[in-house]
Amino acid sequence: MTKELIRLKVNGETHELAIAPNKLLLDVLREDLGLTGSKRGCDDSSCGCCTVLIDGMPMLSCVALATSYQDAEITTVEGLARDGELDPVQEAFMSWGGAQCGFCTPGFLMTTHALLEKNPDPTLDQVREALASNICRCTGYTQIYESVLAAAQKIREKRKNEIAISK
Amino acid sequence: MAEIKWPSAANRGLIGKSISRIDGPWKSSGRAKYTYDQGPAGMLYAKLVTSPYAHAKVTAIDTSRAERLPGVRAIHIFTAVGKEVNWEGHEVVGVAADTEELAEDAARLIRVEYDPQPYLVADTDAQHAGPGRFREMSPRKTGDPEQALQQADVTSEGTYGQPVITHCCHEAHGSVAEWKGDELYVWISTQNVSGLSNEYASALNIPATNVHVDCQVMGGGFGSKFAADSWGVAAAAMARKAGRPVKLMLDREVELLSAGCRPSLHAKIRVGAKRDGTLIAWDSESWGTAGMSGGGVPQLPYIIQVPNSGHRHTSIFTNIGPARAWRAPNHPQMCFLTMAALDDLAAKLNMDSLDFFLKNVGLTGERAGVYKQQMLMAADMIGWKQKWHSRGDKTPGHIKRGLGLSFHTWAGGGHMGYCRTTIHPDGSVEVATGSQDLGTGTRTVIGIVAAETLGLPLDAVRVEIGNNKYPPDGASGGSTTVGGVSSSTRTSATTALNELFAKAAPSLGTTADKLEAVGGQIRVIGDPSKSIPWKKACAKLGTTPIVAMGQRNFSLISSGVGGVQMAEVAVDIDTGIVRMEKMVAVQDCGLIIDMKTAMSQVYGACIMGTCYALYEEKIMDQQTGTCLNPNMEFYKLSGLDDIGDITVHMMTEDSYQDRGVIGLGEPPVISPGAAISNAVANAIGVRVPELPITPDRVLAALGKGGLV
Amino acid sequence: MRPFEYGNPSTVKQAISLLGSDWEQAAVLAGGTDLISLMKDYIDTPKRVVNIKSISALRGASEVNGGLRLGATTTFEDLFENPAPLRDFPSLRAAIDGIYSAQMRSMGTVGGDLLQRPRCWYYRNGFGLLALDSKGQSLVPHGDNRYHAIFGNAGPAYFVSPSSLAPPLVALGATLRIQGPKGERELPVAELFRIPRHTGEREHTIQPKEILTEILLPASARRLRNATYEVRERHFMDWPLATASVALRMEGRRVRQARVVLGQVAPIPWRAEGAERELAGKTLDEAVATRAGEAATVGAHPLSKNGYKVQLVRVAVKRALLAAIA
Repeated sequence: MTKELIRLKVNGETHELAIAPNKLLLDVLREDLGLTGSKRGCDDSSCGCCTVLIDGMPMLSCVALATSYQDAEITTVEGLARDGELDPVQEAFMSWGGAQCGFCTPGFLMTTHALLEKNPDPTLDQVREALASNICRCTGYTQIYESVLAAAQKIREKRKNEIAISK
Repeated sequence: MAEIKWPSAANRGLIGKSISRIDGPWKSSGRAKYTYDQGPAGMLYAKLVTSPYAHAKVTAIDTSRAERLPGVRAIHIFTAVGKEVNWEGHEVVGVAADTEELAEDAARLIRVEYDPQPYLVADTDAQHAGPGRFREMSPRKTGDPEQALQQADVTSEGTYGQPVITHCCHEAHGSVAEWKGDELYVWISTQNVSGLSNEYASALNIPATNVHVDCQVMGGGFGSKFAADSWGVAAAAMARKAGRPVKLMLDREVELLSAGCRPSLHAKIRVGAKRDGTLIAWDSESWGTAGMSGGGVPQLPYIIQVPNSGHRHTSIFTNIGPARAWRAPNHPQMCFLTMAALDDLAAKLNMDSLDFFLKNVGLTGERAGVYKQQMLMAADMIGWKQKWHSRGDKTPGHIKRGLGLSFHTWAGGGHMGYCRTTIHPDGSVEVATGSQDLGTGTRTVIGIVAAETLGLPLDAVRVEIGNNKYPPDGASGGSTTVGGVSSSTRTSATTALNELFAKAAPSLGTTADKLEAVGGQIRVIGDPSKSIPWKKACAKLGTTPIVAMGQRNFSLISSGVGGVQMAEVAVDIDTGIVRMEKMVAVQDCGLIIDMKTAMSQVYGACIMGTCYALYEEKIMDQQTGTCLNPNMEFYKLSGLDDIGDITVHMMTEDSYQDRGVIGLGEPPVISPGAAISNAVANAIGVRVPELPITPDRVLAALGKGGLV
Repeated sequence: MRPFEYGNPSTVKQAISLLGSDWEQAAVLAGGTDLISLMKDYIDTPKRVVNIKSISALRGASEVNGGLRLGATTTFEDLFENPAPLRDFPSLRAAIDGIYSAQMRSMGTVGGDLLQRPRCWYYRNGFGLLALDSKGQSLVPHGDNRYHAIFGNAGPAYFVSPSSLAPPLVALGATLRIQGPKGERELPVAELFRIPRHTGEREHTIQPKEILTEILLPASARRLRNATYEVRERHFMDWPLATASVALRMEGRRVRQARVVLGQVAPIPWRAEGAERELAGKTLDEAVATRAGEAATVGAHPLSKNGYKVQLVRVAVKRALLAAIA
């Protein structure tokens, strides 16, 4: 099949890749860029394991063509940590038991990020609503929404401190 | 050497605390590499050609067009011409190629011809199945159930059932196989790291010593990932043929068609009690399918030994796909049938279900006291006495609430396994065992036990698991892992420590048996002023590390646990939609090593149970013999917002913990179906006799009467 | 997925020039959540895929002549996050709120919602849209039809229209703008849908060389009391079991004229004319809503396993009506 040269901006880095137009974003991330954090679960838009952020919006990379997102900022779970330091959402999933087998975790982290970016102080109902379509088969979900609420609080405190310092 | 024991409650620094899993950082950074994520250089991708028929004879296979496609490197025949396929999705041919897309194209170019054979995918009843399609198991009988039913003051009769469901692991079954000379290296999503060598060795005609298996993390197994499987062997065979590594992961459809069914179980049940609620009679006739195999014989009634009881079972052979162990094999099915039938009897007796079960708790035998205590605790947690009403919520409005309960048991125990502790002269410590972490927290538990034993912080211990180069450990099935690894770790770490004590004792002017390891110090028991730091003690080893083996140790483990669960549901009686609003789970599992991962097992079981109670079913079409929902769009699971509040309580009194470590994976997944079904019956006044409790079934049950 | 040529036009005109004379030639890609799934399963195998998400003119909500214009590639999230344009259309808002998936809302477009293909499992498993067996008989009547049609199901089509937005849009009298090689046409949303009579006929009347560009709600629709009720088994990305959307022209508490449209119960968005007649001239209260719900079920022909949907229609209509006047 004819390959095309595409340019993808992933986690702040621009990559030039020769790919066939029918290549899924998920497969380009995993195979061509070695970013295996995003998972193939249901492979059919029903589980959320492949969620990445595209221009800040949570999207399912298993039903997205890579070629369609050439001008976008793509963020995967590998792009959340800054300078090797996990971000508050990742920290919270660790300490609140949000990850069990861990296979769904990257998808949950990305959806959570999108939520907290828009709404840093979500209610439990808003968390439930935002994460409604990421499937977890083993934690029990309880620890996941607890992780999200804890992360939100931590982010708010961090911002408050930053504001205090900058004053 | 003194008998190896667990530290007493007062002396536990780590054991029993709520500790975050040590692999959390990999998992939440995306760095954890699952089998699906492996990609050795030059790796090929393999795809399967599977049967579109439920039952057929393969009459011709033509792979020539695929072979001519540039980039196709190997073909593997699973089902040769003349052999039969027995379910839709049964693997026939595999093909490995340079890219996944190419492998898929090649698979589509392979022509297989079939001679379709008669099939059965319905498990409705044995009569319907026809000759040769069922087997009656030998009946069991205690006392005289018929006479007891006649003598009973109150009897209840019903037909209950649940369909075949699947495991639906997030990470599909599969492996990556790579040869280096005649040594085979496989990454495989498995519950059985140490146990796969022989399967590969005999299939590929190499010594087991040449098989190297690795699985550091995996995306769920639930009982379906004990073997290399035909596709695992095929990946290795194709890798050998092609001279390049091969990745073969099942696609979602084949995962749901072929990689595991939980057997269905249906039963006609008659039960009888005296007016005061004393249970005296049980009679059941059950049937179900485990695919083409007979499956186990369910033990009915579950847990409760009714004085007069009879049970007959018929296995139906269907082309629904092969059965595999599903978390607590048979128990959830047996539990649902039993608890539903008894709850219906309680309703006919006009008794509060809790009172009824408490009344008969003595029939459970040795664990009666445990169940009683747990029932009372759970009742308190959910507010049973405040919220309980007799069948049918009489409050106005279309939302009806109800309570239901169930209880369960599981053996647990500990599988055979070995652990090796190495104390290096620089003070660093490694514990290694060929076990695996399904996400349950095995890695963390091993670290906690080793660190506790050696008096070190958790991060001072390096835990190595997930590879068969380490001392072998058993398969993770039947909730036997935590017992196996915690006791082998404790034993090996204690043995290693005693060797270190022997080296350190002279400098402390004492003997090894007078020493203890606490807080990073080796010190004299009863005289903390006499101590040397861990590192200094280790320096006395010179250049040779201490290496000590340990194995599963029965003095540290036990088996047999009890648990009680209660559910509160809200049912919209106009639409039939059920929401699980609240569940409480009270669970015993002996000595708890890590409270956080232990509780996580129970939470997870509650959602898994809610999934099969309300949504899950492998839906088959008898006209075509095919499965209609081999995808996660219509193979329905609960999302986060479909789950209500879950409260977990672990029994931690000495009487439980003193028993030693017992497994926990299976038990809490047994009761949710029964508890939720009983809660629905309590809410709407009528039993929805089948799981999952879908809106059509709720409305049908209401149509036959309800809210009485 | 079968290989294809990828087109990424920046104008509608360019896009149309890339389309073919039949569906095998080209497919229009917007959010992709349905099309890519179909292509991955080889249910749809177009030779060319024309991405219309780079056509900026197609995205966005705006007021036009007092009405509302929704560009076809406006995402659900655009409206979920900024619901102001929907202030007079709670029925649309409810349909969008019902899409319980942040990801699906981010990707899915309003045009894609209307043009998504049926979820019928026989269709999705490769038995064709009409699910015919080797003798040309539909597998649905004797198969597992729990999610299939109870109206408009005389055959050979038994699937249900899966669109979330179609019921409210039909009820509100919305129209569509469709552009093709010969120019633009406008048609009522209801006329986008048809019940296929034979293999090869699609359930949409849009032609292979056409592109849906806009959804238009007339200014007059703002005066309609409207609501949608979806019966959803899960709070998860899932299709409702039944939907009712109502739009009422009121005089005080009296209904002058009603439109009641059902979703997920027929191969097309289904006008419940019985309910509409029942409502006309009535003062809407619970009893009237209940009678309208009952009237909505007249003419239902449940199959072997979907009789429960009759009850769901009854309830959905009643609840939508009560929500409309709440």
